Amino acid sequence: MSFLQQRGGRVTPDTNNLKTTPLADHHRRAGARMVEFAGWLMPVQYAGIIEEHLHTRSKAGLFDTCHMGEFYVRGPHAAKAVDRLVTCRLDNLHNGQARYGFFLNEKGGVVDDLIVFRLAVEEYLLVVNAGTLDKDRAWVEAHLEGDVDFSDESYCTAKLDLQGPASSGVMAAVIGSGSLAMIERFRFRHVLIDGIEVLVSRTGYTGEAGFELFFEAGAAGRIWDRLIDFESVRPVGLGARDTLRLEKGLSLYGHEIDEEHTPLEAGLKRFVHFEKDFIGRDALMKQEREGVARSLKGFVCEGRRSPRHGFEIRRDGEVVGSVTSGVFSPCLKCGIAMGYVNLEGTADGGAMVLTDGKAEIRATIQAPPFV
Amino acid sequence: MSTEDLRFTKEHEWVRIEGAKAVFGLSDYAQRELGDITFIELPPIGKQVAHFEAYSTVESVKAANDVYAPLSGEVIAVNSVLENAPEKINQSPYDEGWICRIRVADPGETADLMDAAQYEEYTQGLKS
Repeated sequence: MSFLQQRGGRVTPDTNNLKTTPLADHHRRAGARMVEFAGWLMPVQYAGIIEEHLHTRSKAGLFDTCHMGEFYVRGPHAAKAVDRLVTCRLDNLHNGQARYGFFLNEKGGVVDDLIVFRLAVEEYLLVVNAGTLDKDRAWVEAHLEGDVDFSDESYCTAKLDLQGPASSGVMAAVIGSGSLAMIERFRFRHVLIDGIEVLVSRTGYTGEAGFELFFEAGAAGRIWDRLIDFESVRPVGLGARDTLRLEKGLSLYGHEIDEEHTPLEAGLKRFVHFEKDFIGRDALMKQEREGVARSLKGFVCEGRRSPRHGFEIRRDGEVVGSVTSGVFSPCLKCGIAMGYVNLEGTADGGAMVLTDGKAEIRATIQAPPFV
Repeated sequence: MSTEDLRFTKEHEWVRIEGAKAVFGLSDYAQRELGDITFIELPPIGKQVAHFEAYSTVESVKAANDVYAPLSGEVIAVNSVLENAPEKINQSPYDEGWICRIRVADPGETADLMDAAQYEEYTQGLKS
């Protein structure tokens, strides 16, 4: 399915300023604080990050993720062409199934992380990050082979995430419990919501039960209004999106994963299928044989003070690594972080100090998820 | 709570003069800008703080910021409630969210501070 034909969308690239999603006015009316994120004007918070975070863990949060990218690959060779681009196994991916994976460079570094949706035998949807959209488009177009048609439909596609334990009940009310029952985890279906065709996928980025909804950009306000009307649903901004994902140890592109780090170093080998060909495989195989020199770890801090991206990780005064993400955990009421460390002496339970030279935060290595 | 008797810095700290002593805190504007406050570093009793110099750090979910002293002096008390409930600064910036009390070294430094009306005008200017 595509939303390209259904014009009237307003996910607009603004050439001289920030891009806005079709929901900018909705956010302002809801009292959002808007900030720049990856070239977009996005809501960072509404009622407050902690309140939104806890609400998503206990009920349901609605996220505007229209800034993310949607690529379509269609044609007789689509399956083979996409298979070579991504690390995850695709030969057993059926229509209506989605899978997480990576684009890699020749060194095995991560160009982006994405979810591949198999729409039909000859039609795939690739959902990529907003901050890497232009890079991804160029990379995909340069590496696609065979008889395929590539189409970047990011700007005419709206995306909303509904996440949290109450999200299933809300979706049952909106699309019917029969349709809902057919959407298992990492599966999707096309349904009609108030006459609007929506791809509903049971995926997300909060570690909670939840859904991602894709549809034509012009309908963003109507779908948003429909969902936000439920008592259990509240709007949640990018601030809580970050704390929610970090509590569950989910990697963020540009922090835990980037072109200088491989999926093996990030502990994400399960999303790499070595028994097929993909770009970056040789470098990754070599690293797999020789072993990694650094590894992504989780950290739980002793107090409320929170480490930040770029803090040094020290053991017995010696620098052994660097923090990639750190925040205050609203559920644990303490600082949590992820970061890369050298492998020697950095086992789980190891005592570390995370510091920027001023603050010194005592922390213990602990495998995520933290909650 | 009235802010009539307070003086403010451009960095959004407030001070209430109580004779030879003074109380420090963060303004309502500051707490709104910071969002949920998750940690504040309380200065040790006896610490000498200096006019317009950083004496503490305040953290919100997303970031850390320095806190500046409106006046010079010696810290004689801290609001230890903030150790486990820094959100008091969000809830009650001018009362329960006070940070510390100092013995004032130089009352003349108050001339560098804004009164409530001037501060209000100053923050209005920042919003535009």
